Amino acid sequence: MAALTIAAGTGNWFSALALGVTLLKCLLIPTYHSTDFEVHRNWLAITHSLPISQWYYEATSEWTLDYPPFFAWFEYILSHVAKYFDQEMLNVRNLNYSSSRTLLFQRFSVIFMDVLFVYAVHECCKCIDGKKVGKELTEKPKFILSVLLLWNFGLLIVDHIHFQYNGFLFGLMLLSIARLFQKRHMEGAFLFAVLLHFKHIYLYVAPAYGVYLLRSYCFTANKPDGSIRWNSFSFVRVISLGLVVFLVSALSLGPFLALNQLPQVFSRLFPFKRGLCHAYWAPNFWALYNALDKVLSVIGLKLKFLDPNNIPKASMTSGLVQQFQHTVLPSVTPLATLICTLIAILPSIFCLWFKPQGPRGFLRCLTLCALSSFMFGWHVHEKAILLAILPMSLLSVQKAGDASIFLILTTTGHYSLFPLLFTAPELPIKILLMLLFTIYSISSLKTLFRQSFTVVTQAGVQWH
Amino acid sequence: MEKWYLMTIVVLIGLTVRWTVSLNSYSGAGKPPMFGDYEAQRHWQEITFNLPVKQWYFNSSDNNLQYWGLDYPPLTAYHSLLCAYVAKFINPDWIALHTSRGYESQAHKLFMRTTVLIADLLIYIPAVVLYCCCLKDISTKKKIANALCILLYPGLILIDYGHFQNIYNSVSLGFALWGVLGVSCDWDLLGSLAFCLAINYKQMELYHSLPFFCFLLGKCFKKGLKGKGFVLLVKLACTVVASFILCWLPFFTEREQTLQVLRRLFPVDRGLFEDKVANIWCSFNVFLKIRDILPRHIQLIMSFCFTFLSLLPACIKLILQPSSKGFKFTLVSCALSFFLFSFQVHEKSILLVSLPVCLVLIIPISIYLHLLPLLLKDELLMPSVVTTMAFFIACVTSFSIFEKTSEEELRVKSFSISVRKYLPCFTFLSRMIQYLFLISVITMVLLMLMTVTLDPPQKLPDLFSVLVCFVSCLNFLFFLVYFNIIIMWDSKSGRNQKKIT
Repeated sequence: MAALTIAAGTGNWFSALALGVTLLKCLLIPTYHSTDFEVHRNWLAITHSLPISQWYYEATSEWTLDYPPFFAWFEYILSHVAKYFDQEMLNVRNLNYSSSRTLLFQRFSVIFMDVLFVYAVHECCKCIDGKKVGKELTEKPKFILSVLLLWNFGLLIVDHIHFQYNGFLFGLMLLSIARLFQKRHMEGAFLFAVLLHFKHIYLYVAPAYGVYLLRSYCFTANKPDGSIRWNSFSFVRVISLGLVVFLVSALSLGPFLALNQLPQVFSRLFPFKRGLCHAYWAPNFWALYNALDKVLSVIGLKLKFLDPNNIPKASMTSGLVQQFQHTVLPSVTPLATLICTLIAILPSIFCLWFKPQGPRGFLRCLTLCALSSFMFGWHVHEKAILLAILPMSLLSVQKAGDASIFLILTTTGHYSLFPLLFTAPELPIKILLMLLFTIYSISSLKTLFRQSFTVVTQAGVQWH
Repeated sequence: MEKWYLMTIVVLIGLTVRWTVSLNSYSGAGKPPMFGDYEAQRHWQEITFNLPVKQWYFNSSDNNLQYWGLDYPPLTAYHSLLCAYVAKFINPDWIALHTSRGYESQAHKLFMRTTVLIADLLIYIPAVVLYCCCLKDISTKKKIANALCILLYPGLILIDYGHFQNIYNSVSLGFALWGVLGVSCDWDLLGSLAFCLAINYKQMELYHSLPFFCFLLGKCFKKGLKGKGFVLLVKLACTVVASFILCWLPFFTEREQTLQVLRRLFPVDRGLFEDKVANIWCSFNVFLKIRDILPRHIQLIMSFCFTFLSLLPACIKLILQPSSKGFKFTLVSCALSFFLFSFQVHEKSILLVSLPVCLVLIIPISIYLHLLPLLLKDELLMPSVVTTMAFFIACVTSFSIFEKTSEEELRVKSFSISVRKYLPCFTFLSRMIQYLFLISVITMVLLMLMTVTLDPPQKLPDLFSVLVCFVSCLNFLFFLVYFNIIIMWDSKSGRNQKKIT
């Protein structure tokens, strides 16, 4: 009640937005949840009931622990709260246990952890310079950014319906970006290192961080034309950055190093046996590659170029996660995807090194790294598109060109998340929320850049 | 941002909240033999689809009136028939005669919830949007905020989508709102047509009928009974009669048909009150058991008299000085009078009061409290809390309600001026109202917490529900007095910048 009166008294729109979306998340509690729910329940059980030496070896359930150690510690802490809700969920043998109290606890834990995300959004808003003219509240860039981030459709349905803990992780990432904007580089680096040890998918954007910190933090000054000044290299900074990363990694992986379990941990974190594509294909380059392969094999069979006996029986479209060979086109190995990804991020990395444009340039590079890894990565989940959408929101409220690209990215990205919710009761929810977010983003950004929105984007869309 | 984008977003938020609330359980889920109102609605689809019109309201071997007999006017029956046709198309098992009793499945629940949402979308929501757009003297932002608050009103959402009790309240309230809109904007014929449809959908809308009648009569008088006024009167009468005939056509063929329908609609066989309702008689019953003392017909006459006496002043003023603003306030006070004093009142009737006054915080809180025992039975605590908080936040952020407490803004200025002629020290009216507001909110929150957390003592098992009814009754009485004061002392020359309704 106190929070509400504060929100009312100071007319604080940010609190109202945050509270509003929290209430919406509470309303989403009884919706459908995917197998990820069972995954996290299993991890609660593993971390609570078993000693550390067993965490990465336990395989009673098919959903083995495959996140870095910090996340395992996080689940451990959660499990100590969970035991007050329902002791039974912490039993490793209770597969697919989902009593109403378990559901309540898990959902509330996601909603509660989003506090970190709210804080991070608050910090990001501080980095946005609002337009000087005293305009209406709903037209200020800070307000629009807050809505785009707090009420992000993708995050809502992935976290609060499908069930995952992306909220606070993205909070950590946005917070580290905000710190870099505020020139608090050490904190930014520290936060990112911590984030990596929570969920290693953020390795997708690690090159951007590495290059930016090296170029713009370790080299303390530039020549007048913007190019690198080699003699301004600061050993102190490099060493302190290295120390931070090393300490965080030591804290995370130390115990497992002592137990000689590092190879096992790494095999769990990077399961290359899982195959090129996830069960639900992420809309990336390999999806097109697979489709082309399939089409060619069908044509080949029809035209008798191929021998039916040589074709492997299983197909890639059957929704299973296994390793397969391609029939017509060359098979793709993890190394090949890595090379493709590296080639894709090279231009932006070069720009970041040779022509740094401060934190904004870093943000662009980060978005591009995320997008490239999404396009060419090995076993990419469709949820990974959020890694590109959320940072891009920060760019979209500041330049008209970025705004139009953002709108295309976010609309298609969110639409690609639709197959995650395939049940009938959730159909109206996803359509309504998608419409809500899309209409808001288009109309608010259009209003924001009213004068300068006659940019013709690459897709040929013209805004007036 | 243009109005239409914002309004669309507000409507989408309203729809999202409605649908997410509907994912919860409904009344009577899994509770044979009678189940609950959800089963009643399904049963009506079964009856109207399988039986000829003449048998809908009569007791027969196919239509057992004891098992959720039809007790709403014909328009509800036609609506159920329409839904039944759709149900037949999807899955005939849902409405098969006799065999579909107690049918419960995920698909059927989805179907029923969808029918409510579509009815809402077609009738209630456009009415709200248009109503807010037609409000005068306020900025676009305030209009949008009004729309948001009305659409987020928890009472209607929880009854129609959560509890699923006598659903499609949004249809009759929507029609009534179209009526209010029409009549306020001087489209009298359309307004009265819409209101007749509302009455023919649920007879509880009769609570609102007297203000409509008085307002339209007042308009006719104002235009002069010799000329235009008389023409208007005749046109209105024709519209009303025509709409009633149209709805009741199949039932006017025989006298017995009409009487039977009326008997189902107005069950005067039941007593003065049933269950615990925030009604004067119920509260009075705590001290003096009038239900047992007085004979039935005296109870009827007494309630009739009290009801009429309490709404007479406002109605007379409305006839003499018809104004849009006065009309809206009279709607509230009449509905309150009916609710407080009349015969055999249902708790959900309070929704009729809330429609015109959606934005005054305390009534929705009273209603929520009042409905709380009902909702707790169906495990709707979470959606109730969430929607109430959302409504609270929306109202508070949009209207900064805590700041508006000067006398002028509480609209009691003229009243306090007149009182001050006799009692010069009566300067603290606005302060008094503020304190009363605070006290009642605190009391109600306390009662709410007690109902949820504590168990009542053994000797008085109904302690909390009776206390809730009593407190709500006092609140409603206060509001009755308050609104009557506003109506009676409303001076025509007062130009208020901010409209509450």
